[in-house]
Amino acid sequence: MPRVGFFTDTSVCIGCKACEVACKEWNAVPTKGALELTGESFDNTSELSADSWRHVAFIEQQVQTPSENGPQEGVRWLMSSDVCKHCTHSACLDVCPTGSLFRTEFGTVVVQQDICNGCGYCVSACPYGVIAQREDDGRVFKCTMCYDRLKVGSEPACAQACPTQSIQFGDLDELRERAQTRVEELHAAGQDKARLYGESPDDGVGGAGAFFLLLDEPEVYGLPPDPIVTTRDLGAMWRRVGAAGAALLAGVAAAYLSDRG
Amino acid sequence: MSPRRGPEEEFTSYYGRPILKAPTWEPLDIAGYLFAGGLAGASSALAAGAELTGRPALARSTRLTALGAIGVSLAALVHDLGRPARFVNMLRVAKPTSPMSMGSWLLAAYSPLVGLAAGAELVSLPMLRRVAPIAGRGAAVLGAGVATYTAALIGDTAVPTWHDGHRHLPFVFAGSAAASAGGVASALTPLAQSGPARRVAVGAAVAELAATTAMERSGHLSTQTLREGRAHTLMASAKVLTGVGAGVLGALGGRSRVAAAAGGLALAAGSVCLRFGIFEAGRASTLDPRYVIEPQRRSSRSPSAADSAPSETAADAPTGG
Repeated sequence: MPRVGFFTDTSVCIGCKACEVACKEWNAVPTKGALELTGESFDNTSELSADSWRHVAFIEQQVQTPSENGPQEGVRWLMSSDVCKHCTHSACLDVCPTGSLFRTEFGTVVVQQDICNGCGYCVSACPYGVIAQREDDGRVFKCTMCYDRLKVGSEPACAQACPTQSIQFGDLDELRERAQTRVEELHAAGQDKARLYGESPDDGVGGAGAFFLLLDEPEVYGLPPDPIVTTRDLGAMWRRVGAAGAALLAGVAAAYLSDRG
Repeated sequence: MSPRRGPEEEFTSYYGRPILKAPTWEPLDIAGYLFAGGLAGASSALAAGAELTGRPALARSTRLTALGAIGVSLAALVHDLGRPARFVNMLRVAKPTSPMSMGSWLLAAYSPLVGLAAGAELVSLPMLRRVAPIAGRGAAVLGAGVATYTAALIGDTAVPTWHDGHRHLPFVFAGSAAASAGGVASALTPLAQSGPARRVAVGAAVAELAATTAMERSGHLSTQTLREGRAHTLMASAKVLTGVGAGVLGALGGRSRVAAAAGGLALAAGSVCLRFGIFEAGRASTLDPRYVIEPQRRSSRSPSAADSAPSETAADAPTGG
């Protein structure tokens, strides 16, 4: 089974939020409660959470635009549909103490809801701040890349609903090639800041299963610039825990052996 | 307009929103667990020494302290999970990549040994009295793990302050655990038998202060959170309580039971403040995106500088009594 993924080409995103709606509908994801207007452009979803598995970010930037009377102050819109990255080296899966999080035959990372016991460890482990707890029952939820749809040969609901093919689903290797071609096109068209994010198997998470074409720095979109899987340092941590534990026992032994009466 | 920071600042963010999710854990449950687990584990080590060197009163107080503290730990864990059955679910698999899984198994093995050792102090059964020494020695070895594995537990997260502190935290926690256990044992044990507990307490307090200072000076941006807000209050209180407690215990603890009790309890209070301070600093470091963005920016711009943060420092010296 080849590994599948998402290539989200933000240069053609129109901010329609069809992906958010399709995801909610298909996966029966509950609402956050009352609608709260954030005042952050058209973004009232704000972040990925247990109840938002796709999140469309809206960024308005002041830029110089050409006009008949020379360059003028204008506005550039950036829109991007964020989602779980389905990392190659996924910290959430590594630290899950119950085995609730697992890697599927498609190379995606999914929570088994009947096994999750709500410890919240994955929430603190995720370097992207994706996976989150639903407060009423304590368990965690995130994008499954529509595991049930993949099982029957369909594409995820968000990708199917996207009207501009900003969200592309498919074989990960093929998506990476397609993304490379696209970013070269954009560079040729003068979009100097266009770059791929999460496509490289050499990055800190071994490459993301859901990667992006961005038109500015990752942090502008609320993404960490260069995340590293937290378990990379775990071997060193265990060695130091062992050394500290041994030092503790040695210290206690010394206190008894140095007895003067 | 999205609020981009001024040109003099190093980064932009998405409406100033955090990148990471804040820990879902309640401070009382998890910082309380870090303290109680440390107190229990180090008390078991003291208890084994007391049993081996024939100090029955010290063995009794440390065994009962370990039992009480591990009881509080388990209650805190169950409260954090929401339902008792969810702790049993922790033992569904054993995963070395998950410090929480390893810790659950450690607790599952350690707690019954503590129960056997302390049980011999509470009920007079010949059988129990025969197995108690062996159980107590087992609890001492596993207790050293219970007191220190929590450093890997919080270090193995994306929380900037905790992850950046992963080199120092095992020594900070080992020192803090031994200081609190020595302090509580000094308070609860007659002077004639509490000498080793006092020496452990004072030595561990010095080691803990050294390791904490090394962590604070490790050069990571995230260490700022240890010097700001509520975390700063807690960390400063921890230092004062630990320093004063060790001073009183070391200078007067051998002569006055009142001084031993006061100094010992100050050390325990210092250990509580330290755990809550580190917990709070970690939480704060998830709320401001700069603790994620700035270090990652620096490391991605100069790959060679990625791991250049000063690391191998004084905290590498063995801690303990």
